[in-house]
Amino acid sequence: MSTTAVKLTRKDMVSDQEVRWCPGCGDYAILSQIQRALPELGIPRENIVFVSGIGCSSRLPYYMSTYGFHSIHGRAPTLASGLKMARPDLHVWVITGDGDGLSIGANHLLHAMRRNVDLKIILFNNQIYGLTKGQYSPTSEFGKKTKSSPYGNIDHPIRPLSVALAAEATFVARTIDRDTKHMQQVLLRAARHHGTAFVEVYQNCVIFNDGAFDEFADKAWRTERTVLLEHGQPLVFGAQRDKAIRASGVRPEVVRLDDPALRREELLVHDEQREDPTLAMMLDRMTSPEFPVPLGVFRSVQRPVYDELMEQQIRQARLRQPPDLDAIFREGDSWEIKREG
Amino acid sequence: MVERKELSRVTIRFSGDSGDGMQLAGTHFTNTSALIGNDVSSLPAFPAEIRAPAGSVPGVSSFQISFANEDIFTPGDQPDVLVAMNPAALAANLQDLPRGATIIVNSDEFHAASLKKASYAVSPLEDGSLAGFRVFEVPITSMNERTLAETGLTSQEVVRCKNFFALGLMYWLFNRPTEPTLRLIAEKFGRRQDLANANQLALKAGHAFGETAEMFSEHYVVRPANLEPGTYRNITGNSAIALGCLAVSQITGLPLFYGSYPITPASEILHELSRFKQFGVKTFQAEDEIAAIGSTIGAAFGGALGLTGTSGPGFALKGEALGMAVMTELPLVVVNVQRAGPSTGMPTRTEQADLLQAMFGRNGESPVAVVAPATPADCFNMAVEAFRIALRHMTPVVLLSDGYLANGSEPWRIPNAADLPRIDVQHAEARPGEVFRPYARDPESLARPWAVPGTPGLEHRLGTLEKEDGSGKVSYDGENHHRMVLLRAEKIARIAQDVPPQEVWGAEEGRVLVLGWGSTFGALRSAVQRHRREGRSVSHAHLRYLNPFPANLGQILGRFERVWLPEINLGQLALLLRARFLVDVRGYNRVAGRPFGINEIYEQIGQLYDAAPSPQVR
Repeated sequence: MSTTAVKLTRKDMVSDQEVRWCPGCGDYAILSQIQRALPELGIPRENIVFVSGIGCSSRLPYYMSTYGFHSIHGRAPTLASGLKMARPDLHVWVITGDGDGLSIGANHLLHAMRRNVDLKIILFNNQIYGLTKGQYSPTSEFGKKTKSSPYGNIDHPIRPLSVALAAEATFVARTIDRDTKHMQQVLLRAARHHGTAFVEVYQNCVIFNDGAFDEFADKAWRTERTVLLEHGQPLVFGAQRDKAIRASGVRPEVVRLDDPALRREELLVHDEQREDPTLAMMLDRMTSPEFPVPLGVFRSVQRPVYDELMEQQIRQARLRQPPDLDAIFREGDSWEIKREG
Repeated sequence: MVERKELSRVTIRFSGDSGDGMQLAGTHFTNTSALIGNDVSSLPAFPAEIRAPAGSVPGVSSFQISFANEDIFTPGDQPDVLVAMNPAALAANLQDLPRGATIIVNSDEFHAASLKKASYAVSPLEDGSLAGFRVFEVPITSMNERTLAETGLTSQEVVRCKNFFALGLMYWLFNRPTEPTLRLIAEKFGRRQDLANANQLALKAGHAFGETAEMFSEHYVVRPANLEPGTYRNITGNSAIALGCLAVSQITGLPLFYGSYPITPASEILHELSRFKQFGVKTFQAEDEIAAIGSTIGAAFGGALGLTGTSGPGFALKGEALGMAVMTELPLVVVNVQRAGPSTGMPTRTEQADLLQAMFGRNGESPVAVVAPATPADCFNMAVEAFRIALRHMTPVVLLSDGYLANGSEPWRIPNAADLPRIDVQHAEARPGEVFRPYARDPESLARPWAVPGTPGLEHRLGTLEKEDGSGKVSYDGENHHRMVLLRAEKIARIAQDVPPQEVWGAEEGRVLVLGWGSTFGALRSAVQRHRREGRSVSHAHLRYLNPFPANLGQILGRFERVWLPEINLGQLALLLRARFLVDVRGYNRVAGRPFGINEIYEQIGQLYDAAPSPQVR
């Protein structure tokens, strides 16, 4: 990846295409934060590529002034992986959604993450199919009534972060469209991660699933019903920062900090660098209303990066055996036919 | 006294249980024959199951080799000699033998239990059913055991050497030197000196047995063929594709990226290419067929030589992504090593039934170029051609090989790397003051520029939505769509001006033109050759460019009274030719999972010839 520092602004990241999402869509906030975060990285525009699949989220590459590829449904991780393998010098992002990434393309997402290809994967989760006009998605809640489930959805929802953790993704985070500052921080950390970074963004679909995250994300009670993860810190939350999480084994519980019986050392302290993803998995299982919904970086560990390993093997092979096409042509037994006479 | 008898062409088949090492014996025999200058052609046949029950008919694995003192084009129709290592091998192959053929059986294995596994109630060695064949009963297992008794190997290791005993016997029978094989054994078992030694002993013992047993009254000589001067090696179609693509990488200076998912009979291309890391070749074993082509398209977008390979069912899975490559107009080569379908079909058996899938198996008007090699060695040339077309015309190209080409082998005249044809590729560069138009076209080829990420000033967004002509922006305008559909079609059609004219072997006009494509080449050429030697007006034209067709094809078809097209499908190329040229192309179609035999084609041509101009042809 190029590290040549260049001075860019948000404006430099905006393409000449008119943005065509529904007014009020959460996608605008995500686009805007990506456009703000990128200049911070100091990477020349021509070295950045956005690859997407199909769906509302996947229109994003058209709105970036970088290189981009709007591909086919679910397959963005495959294109991005191939591109990154062929061109490790590029900074490659994958833009996907809950339908694109977790339904038709779930397999590819899993494999990109377990390989640890150096990709930045942003999954817009609005818990609905938007572009096809309102069917339930793999993250829609059980029982949800949609156009394709008038009697209620009988599919059990998938947890995007648990999927990422099961694939042992090396960077796993969650943020939300309406907290732009938090999103910016998470995006920057993802961008700077070495290896696959997977970020789930809770994104509101104003037309087909408006208010899906209001229960915990509404500004009026967000501090009460979400908890911001900070490495090395206890999971303290609440408007008064008066509550925290205690874990006995892998069973979390909400405790009040003013409880005289509480011992501080019982509080769960966030450790995003744990190799074992069990605790991060436990955090992902904390859902509203019983628990505050965790936002932030669940896991950030280092593991050899796929595209670099590939390059390494090539370098080693070249040291052992310089490329010689004639020698390869003549491998095995060859024989000479001479002209007669 | 053993007589030496001279033959011009011999076809032999090694056959035994999957675990008997018949493929290895056959490969050695092929290489040795090539080394002494025969023209050779070989065809392995193995079961789809990795290990069917030992000794059963489904578990039989065979390897057929034809070698001759003249140019040959096929591994031969019927074996002159069958080596049967057990009753199942005899049962599986007997129907392929002509009367009078030689059968060498491993008589040790013709005991009750093995006979039962092969469904023989009575031993065929005893019931007279082999009358009319020249049968030699050789106790291969026990002689091999005695030979290796002192080696200290386990009995299982000893048994595994018996293929070399059989091979040694065949070397004696056909006057082949044992040295090349002895040397290769030493190389292969370098670390296990005891195994190398045992296999060498077995080979020598088999050879000595032939010499001393007085069982065979004659042995045979096949003189060297008169091949074009040069350095040769044996090559399979799959290896040739891998080497062809590697060569393109070297001559263009572009790194080769191969995204693939294992599938029979294409996997060897992945195995081969994964060895070439010192050339910067990147191979990616993807999670599925779709990821294989997706990653390849991503790599092509990044400026690499994008190659993916598969067989029919995998090709079906790649359809949508191939359409994406059509829409984004990226250079890409997709190898389809065809096998018998539909669905999983017969994975190890050959067929030519994916032509229409290659032509039309995508949504929308989605033209791609299609080429097909004619022989295993030709796979090298056509791989180079596929990339040349892809790069020059900015299009996906489908290379249609098949199971017969993939596993079959023939001598390949090794080119010098320095003499390979040049292929010039230029990635687009920004021009100051100009807005980059990713869908601007070369006026001649209609190819769009290949602008790769990392190039300042050419930042653009590709996408699978319809493109505005020139700018490449998303467009839902109907008239623009119509124009783009025509442009994409015309771009492929113009490739016809960039491929060599179709050649006709034999007279340029006449009574019968035998047309063909792909791996049927050998049988068709041999059969036509025989008719021509017998004075009949029969010509052969073999198509290697299937979309677009060579520009002169229509004229050629019009110059013959009859155009006859055998295909291992139900008439797919015939359908295309009839539609395109309004010529009454007659098909001959058999889909039995195996290549056409020369005799079969010879007889069919004969019937057609005699009947012409009467239209009654089967």
